[in-house]
Amino acid sequence: MTITGRVFLFGHDIDTDAIIPARYLNSFELEHLKKHCMEDADPSFAAKVKPGDIMVAGKNFGCGSSREHAPLAIKAAGISCVIAESFARIFYRNAINIGLPILEVSLEGLVKDGDLISVNLENGTVFVKDKELKAQAFPEELMAIIRAGGLINYVKKELKAGETYAK
Amino acid sequence: MGQTLAEKILASHSSKSTVRPNDFVMAKVDLVLGNDITAPVAINEFLRLEAKKVFNKEKIALVCDHFTPNKDIQAAEQVKYVREFARKHEITHFYDVGLMGIEHCLIPELGLAKPGDLIIGADSHTCTYGALGAFATGVGSTDMASAMALGKAWFRVPLTQRFNYTGKLKLFVSGKDLILYTLGVIGVDGARYQAMEFGGKTIDDLSVEARLTMANMAIEAGAKAGLFAADKKTVAFLKSAGQNVAEIKPDPDASYYKVYDFDVSELEPQVAFPHLPENSKNVGEAKGIKIDQVVIGSCTNGRIEDLREAAFILRGRKVNKNVRLIVIPGTQKIYLQAMAEGLLQTFVEAGAAVSTPTCGPCLGGHMGILASGEVALSTTNRNFVGRMGHPRSEVYLSGPYVAAASAVAGEIIHPKEVL
Repeated sequence: MTITGRVFLFGHDIDTDAIIPARYLNSFELEHLKKHCMEDADPSFAAKVKPGDIMVAGKNFGCGSSREHAPLAIKAAGISCVIAESFARIFYRNAINIGLPILEVSLEGLVKDGDLISVNLENGTVFVKDKELKAQAFPEELMAIIRAGGLINYVKKELKAGETYAK
Repeated sequence: MGQTLAEKILASHSSKSTVRPNDFVMAKVDLVLGNDITAPVAINEFLRLEAKKVFNKEKIALVCDHFTPNKDIQAAEQVKYVREFARKHEITHFYDVGLMGIEHCLIPELGLAKPGDLIIGADSHTCTYGALGAFATGVGSTDMASAMALGKAWFRVPLTQRFNYTGKLKLFVSGKDLILYTLGVIGVDGARYQAMEFGGKTIDDLSVEARLTMANMAIEAGAKAGLFAADKKTVAFLKSAGQNVAEIKPDPDASYYKVYDFDVSELEPQVAFPHLPENSKNVGEAKGIKIDQVVIGSCTNGRIEDLREAAFILRGRKVNKNVRLIVIPGTQKIYLQAMAEGLLQTFVEAGAAVSTPTCGPCLGGHMGILASGEVALSTTNRNFVGRMGHPRSEVYLSGPYVAAASAVAGEIIHPKEVL
């Protein structure tokens, strides 16, 4: 499946306080998180973003806190995929766990705000104008979680199979 | 070939004799941690899992420390949700107001993090316990939920970078200065997805508390964990928490992705400028920067040694009239100890506000939010845009000596200049 969306461009080291400021973590209702998504980085983001839009950033996207509210807010805002040169570790893990599509590839200098780009999530290809860029492939172990639609569905299968530790 | 501390611990918890970087392992965890912000999301995911019970009620810790004492109705509802879950599942280590402390000050004090343990926590500063020789790492709420049900989690074995420090530290230089300096060298993604292993003669001489401060900020370099060998000091620290543990260290022939050797004998107290912890400079370069608020506390610097350092400066002095000083002991035990030593009296007499334990102002939650254009100097761990309040406020980071001295001066200053 190929997604086409408008680019929202951000820089390097976009931290989780920029994605969803801690002052809004007194609730995890998706409507609430969506309203304040990216507020301190771009106060007009929540009003402008439309379902299917694509977020593009530089290195170390999602650094800082472990708050899962960050990928949840981005997903609730309707972002179809986050493309970054690299992701901070906990954000990377959280995005996979909750089923927010992410791709690791640098689009530096190739796109600007509002550009239309396309992404094939299955094979990790990004189409920018006449260019085709290949994202870093996910290890097989993570593909299993991605295919299951996130960690909860993946673990549910294990629990059904009776696999749990007593002590 | 030998193994690093991170490799040893991940191997021992996944029933393997050795593991190598980039291996995937499914490993048993010794402790699963959450707080009043992350646990509610985890509890929801736990319910979606349809798990009947938690894997082990003694190996889960729920600490309500972020927006507590409840800052507003929504925060109160979240804590209530955690409290009800804790009661239903008879969670042994549930800590509410009155018993609660800042989680990463509290868990070591309770002896719940031990050398060789594998710990995950839905809080990025879970890496703090690496100071005790544990492999401890921050995860999100869904990982926490899954681990609460299964008692295990998946890990990719990280590469390890080794940081060796030599030289006797100057007066007013401590763990916070070492880690801010290190962040300045390697940057906020300098150890992304990797383990940091700290050692050397300077580290041997460092207190366990100062090591906790350093391990705490490994995440600010993007690290998965920040580990120290467990030595005699670690064993003694945990003995006072009621635990008898053995020393552990990396193999002498362990393989490291990178090795740094720092001579820190001439290191000056460090200050990190807005808006990244990697912007660290010698305190002299920050001299004269006017400040509106100083916070001394947090999971980074809210321990008794930190309060002693602050009180050493503040004794017999007054906080500048243009500055609000907020001091937050990390746990109830630290609070009592500070009271017994007369530190709280020193703070109040100096004109500081002393608070019950809470993460509060560190993440702009409550208990000292900054207005537009205000500048804070804080002993906390992050100075991102809007971290402590208004997006147009600024945060500088330092250790307790510099923070206390600057509160007296009304501007950032080297502690020797106010004594």
